[in-house]
Amino acid sequence: MRAALFITCLADTLFPQTGRATVTVLERVGVEVDFPADQTCCGQMHANSGYGHEVTGLVRRFVRVFGDAEAVVTPSGSCAAMVREGYERMAIEAGDEALAAQVRGLAPRVFELSEFLVRHVGVDDVGASFHHRVTYHPTCHSLRLLKVGDAPLQLLRSVRGIDLVELPEAEQCCGFGGTFAVKNADTSTAMLTDKLRRILDTGADVCTAADSSCLMHIGGGLRHARAGVRVMHMAEILASEDA
Amino acid sequence: MKEGFPAAAREALANSQLRRNLGHATSTIRAKRARVVGEVPDWEALREAGAEIKDRALRHLDVHLERLEEAVTRAGGTVHWARDGAEACAAVAEVARAHGSNEVIKVKSLASDEIGLNEALERAGIHAVETDLAELIIQLDDDMQSHILVPAIHRNRAEIAQIFHRELGVDVSDVPAELTAAARAHLRAKFLSVKVGVSGANFAVAETGHVVVVESEGNGRMCTTLPEVLVSVVGIEKVLPRWRDLEVMLQLLPRSSTGERMNPYTSIWSGVSDGDGPREFHLVLLDGGRTDVLADEVGRDALRCIRCSACLNVCPVYERTGGHAYESIYPGPIGAILTPQLRGLDNAPTLPWASSLCGACYEVCPVKIDIPSILVHLRGRVVRETGTPPTERVAMAAMARVFASRRAYEAAQRAARFGRGPLAGAALRPWTRSRELPEPPSQTFREWWRERGA
Repeated sequence: MRAALFITCLADTLFPQTGRATVTVLERVGVEVDFPADQTCCGQMHANSGYGHEVTGLVRRFVRVFGDAEAVVTPSGSCAAMVREGYERMAIEAGDEALAAQVRGLAPRVFELSEFLVRHVGVDDVGASFHHRVTYHPTCHSLRLLKVGDAPLQLLRSVRGIDLVELPEAEQCCGFGGTFAVKNADTSTAMLTDKLRRILDTGADVCTAADSSCLMHIGGGLRHARAGVRVMHMAEILASEDA
Repeated sequence: MKEGFPAAAREALANSQLRRNLGHATSTIRAKRARVVGEVPDWEALREAGAEIKDRALRHLDVHLERLEEAVTRAGGTVHWARDGAEACAAVAEVARAHGSNEVIKVKSLASDEIGLNEALERAGIHAVETDLAELIIQLDDDMQSHILVPAIHRNRAEIAQIFHRELGVDVSDVPAELTAAARAHLRAKFLSVKVGVSGANFAVAETGHVVVVESEGNGRMCTTLPEVLVSVVGIEKVLPRWRDLEVMLQLLPRSSTGERMNPYTSIWSGVSDGDGPREFHLVLLDGGRTDVLADEVGRDALRCIRCSACLNVCPVYERTGGHAYESIYPGPIGAILTPQLRGLDNAPTLPWASSLCGACYEVCPVKIDIPSILVHLRGRVVRETGTPPTERVAMAAMARVFASRRAYEAAQRAARFGRGPLAGAALRPWTRSRELPEPPSQTFREWWRERGA
């Protein structure tokens, strides 16, 4: 099985360890990984900020770069959702029916990492070991747009040595929301504070999720508070092995 | 709305009592709703049906409204068409004046609050008495509603006891039964003496001319049956084509709003009947910007709303800011898409951003309004039609150029390592006040991949 890695601009630029871990996990379960280097950004930030008119070119780029892939896999729920749930409408709004048709053809082959592993490859034990207390935050777009369900939890439960503890009110948004976190910084911070309190209440030393953007927000808050709890992308836990 | 949502929210977030009251109230209603929705096996099919019924009504709104007028007139009622709030208020005042009444009793009605009916009547020398318990609390305290269904959700029992003591001169504890008894004693005299009742409506059935009011306290039943004259102010989007459409709507509404299987009181009437209820019935059909909303192919879905408020109760933004930050009778996610459309984007340009797009609202909406998509659509309209700060436009355009070319993108990644260029996040000061930014890594993913392949 082959998969093209859609790394996302955020992980590529700021969280390369997430990308490296994604490659490790995919290769460990026998998936051959390609990395089309012409990829840049899916355009989610522009689209969700009212600059959808700037995104048509990125939709075309994505279709050109990934159009021939057997499967496209990304360690980000919201970027997968942007392509799968958002691209068609963007193409239609731009009046490009041919592009919309191409998107319809490609979208069903775009997967977030956990759903790809559990539902497409059919594994939940990826051979990982991780000896820490961990709590999992289900990110909004994985949950409500992609409907990945408990695929991430299935993967995490199979990790050897992990002490996985439930996060109360897990399904509440962390307050990131892209430019929302800047335009409505106060409200975003109030949401984050409640999320941090719930994380700290679990006694976990690691908070994990399957989206770098939400983790950047939660992790940025934890570091600002000197909370002594770190964030790790789910892929990094799944890539961990006993030395 | 000078500074808009961010500033109003900032103020509200500092109110610890509000945060506690809201957190408690919304989580209670959320749990109740989830329980009673969970026991309906065909809930998703009901939502589909609800959305289709409202879409059918809106697609041929003109036809259904004229049928409604015909049916109401046939049943002995009088229909008034109001282009805007002022015309609707004038129609209500005219009816009250014609009956020599300087007081009206009111059923809780969002349409009347939307058009400022109480204030307009006051200017015409007519006092409107709110008879819904929460609306009464708001009116006595000269406060503003902060929730569609639970207007005084920002108040707790102790605060309400204080308001009653101050405004009604009664000594009550904060026991709910005592509070309601005090309100009942105050209102009973009004129910029995005031000659004109004013209501809104949850639904109006075009086929039969029936008007429907759904409520919990029985005050609505009193207001719609005891007075000699009844005036109902109803937004034109409330029309349902057929009588049987109520079968779907009356399942969706109570479970979504109060988390009950059925609401205690459902009042349904058509025109006037001899020897029963008001001698005169007036239906004021309000446009108030609704036909403008209908003209927006994406935004128009907001007109499906049946005002259940489920979206408020699940919204993580609303739960923290409360309703006043939205500066509208329609707060929360539905308010963020309805208010800018009803008032015009210029008058509420920050509301489409009052959401993290988490999608919890869409998940619970009984008529499947895709609120996140409409928010995004309205953000686009604000950017294109009313303008955003030039710095934002420049930054967005610069980033779009970076993402348009691999070479530009890789150059920007290298520059970001030194804190420069469009990807460096220099404009993120509001972010760093409460969150740290990650240190740029020494190697991007693509650099690692190249090295690994080499």
